Amino acid sequence: MSSNKVIHALYDDDDVLLKAVKSIKDEKHHIEEVYTPFPVHGLDKVLGLEGTRIAIMSFIYGCIGFGVAVAMINFIMIADWPQNIGGKPSFSFLENMPAFVPVMFEMTVFFAAHLMVITFYLRSKLWPFKEAENPNPLTTDDKFLVEVAVEENEKKLTALLKKTGAIDIALIDKDH
Amino acid sequence: MYTFPNRLKITFLVLVLVGAAGLVAGFLSAPSSIAEAQSMVADAHHGGGHGETHGEAATISHGDSNAEKNSHVAETTEAHEDDHGEHLLHQLQNKPWAALYVAAFFFMMIALGTLAFYAIQRAAQAGWSILLYRVMEGITAYLLPGTLIVLFLLVLSGMHLNHLFIWMDPEVVAHDKIIQGKVAYLNVPFFLARAVFYILGWNFYRYISRKYSLAQDAANDISNHKKNFRWSAGFLVFFIVTESMMSWDWIMSIDPHWFSTLFGWYVFASMFVSGITVIALITIYLKSKGYLPEVNDSHIHDLGKFMFGISVFWTYLWFSQFMLIWYSNIPEEVTYFLTRIEDYNLPFFGMLVMNFLFPLLVLMNSDYKRSNYIIVGVGIVVVLGHYIDIFNMIMPSAVGDQWFIGMAEIGGFLFFLGLFLWVVFSALSKAPLIAKGDPYMGESERYHY
Repeated sequence: MSSNKVIHALYDDDDVLLKAVKSIKDEKHHIEEVYTPFPVHGLDKVLGLEGTRIAIMSFIYGCIGFGVAVAMINFIMIADWPQNIGGKPSFSFLENMPAFVPVMFEMTVFFAAHLMVITFYLRSKLWPFKEAENPNPLTTDDKFLVEVAVEENEKKLTALLKKTGAIDIALIDKDH
Repeated sequence: MYTFPNRLKITFLVLVLVGAAGLVAGFLSAPSSIAEAQSMVADAHHGGGHGETHGEAATISHGDSNAEKNSHVAETTEAHEDDHGEHLLHQLQNKPWAALYVAAFFFMMIALGTLAFYAIQRAAQAGWSILLYRVMEGITAYLLPGTLIVLFLLVLSGMHLNHLFIWMDPEVVAHDKIIQGKVAYLNVPFFLARAVFYILGWNFYRYISRKYSLAQDAANDISNHKKNFRWSAGFLVFFIVTESMMSWDWIMSIDPHWFSTLFGWYVFASMFVSGITVIALITIYLKSKGYLPEVNDSHIHDLGKFMFGISVFWTYLWFSQFMLIWYSNIPEEVTYFLTRIEDYNLPFFGMLVMNFLFPLLVLMNSDYKRSNYIIVGVGIVVVLGHYIDIFNMIMPSAVGDQWFIGMAEIGGFLFFLGLFLWVVFSALSKAPLIAKGDPYMGESERYHY
């Protein structure tokens, strides 16, 4: 990046935003970030973002949860304190396995869900009392903001943004 | 317009003929006397040591176990031998009938499951699936022949030409207190009247929705579409009641002592996932031949999601039914699973792998659901798995431990497979493959995920 200047273009409709991002990309400008009040369908594809890998982590976390459940039930119900419940003495894990399936299922879901949320927070650098990063509070309401890097082409870029339907354009110098 | 190629016609005809030959061979090889039945079993099991284990299994396997047990206790060993031989004869005579019935029911069930899926799409005003409507209508074309064949087999049972439904035999009922208590519901005239009622209702909806669907193609307004929406919503109410009762009548009553309150749902899950899988298979086949150009991988992805989801739903119901009965371990309930685990171990647990583990692990990945090869591969396994599911529901009650996948079973499957595909593909060739008049057509064509 040659300078630290960026332009903040504000939009008030997600369809207009999608088209704008497409034409900004076509003109080979660098989009730093897009702030939206809600997930915009198809925006990740237009921006050319990589697909999320959280599904893979979810599968791994689920497997961990399944393993923990098996080890836990085996210790509690078979190894540590076998009991005769309903005429089914717990001396063998396999023979009692059907009764443990609901626990194994719930633990799989529990681990997958919670660890996935925690992973998402870590990857997004979110933690309690963190200061908000969005440059314009309107993006938490009903406006969409595109942050475009400026490289010696401010006028051309401004004209392009105006043409794409931006309702407000502001030049921001990040050094100040 | 799709033309039904001659090459396919010949293939399907060969399937029907080979299947018919297998069925005939199965019926001819069924024993006609007790001595013959006993020598067949003795040959198959290399004699000796079998009688004992079989006697044990038979008392828990067959529905008339109570009546039989009582007579066993009262009579001498010699009489027991005779009784046992007669029981064996009935099981072996039932075998080709049961093989025919399983296959007839299975392919009828695919058409019925597809009809339910179609009605749900219509009632939910779904936008993505319009491109697949004609494929679904093609599959449901088999509903009329399929249900009539099942009805015909039920009528034959009612005429005592076979012993699939032992409660139809007045001799059995006379010695069985439990069946006597159910006679108000389980009697041949009422049973057949119910069957006719279900079949009329389902086929009426199929007829009327197809009519409006075709009329919508040329219409200027959407009145046909609206009428179809109303009929579909009404049909779904009718369907969920009649489907449940159908599963009690046509499957559960084969074992008249045993009952499960979620059996209707369980059979529904099986027919639903089979129907959706067949929609996916036929869509992919037509697409590979250059038809349905607008169907993209998002449509296949959605069908894949349904296959995955309903497979898991099926497992949920299977397990809910299994675990409660296994845990409570009440003799009159648990015999159902005892016979299946002891005598049907491989199909019983093999079906769980085919219908649950395999689709779960393969279809979990989002990209795999967009691949035609994987959907076709998984689809074939799932369809065969649900055939085995129906096999496991019917065979243990009908033939006890005397099962094997022989000529009658393979013949029955091939016969109805050929007939099913013939009816479906000739129905596909009778109307344009794109329901172009549907108000949601544009949404379906643009559909992407």
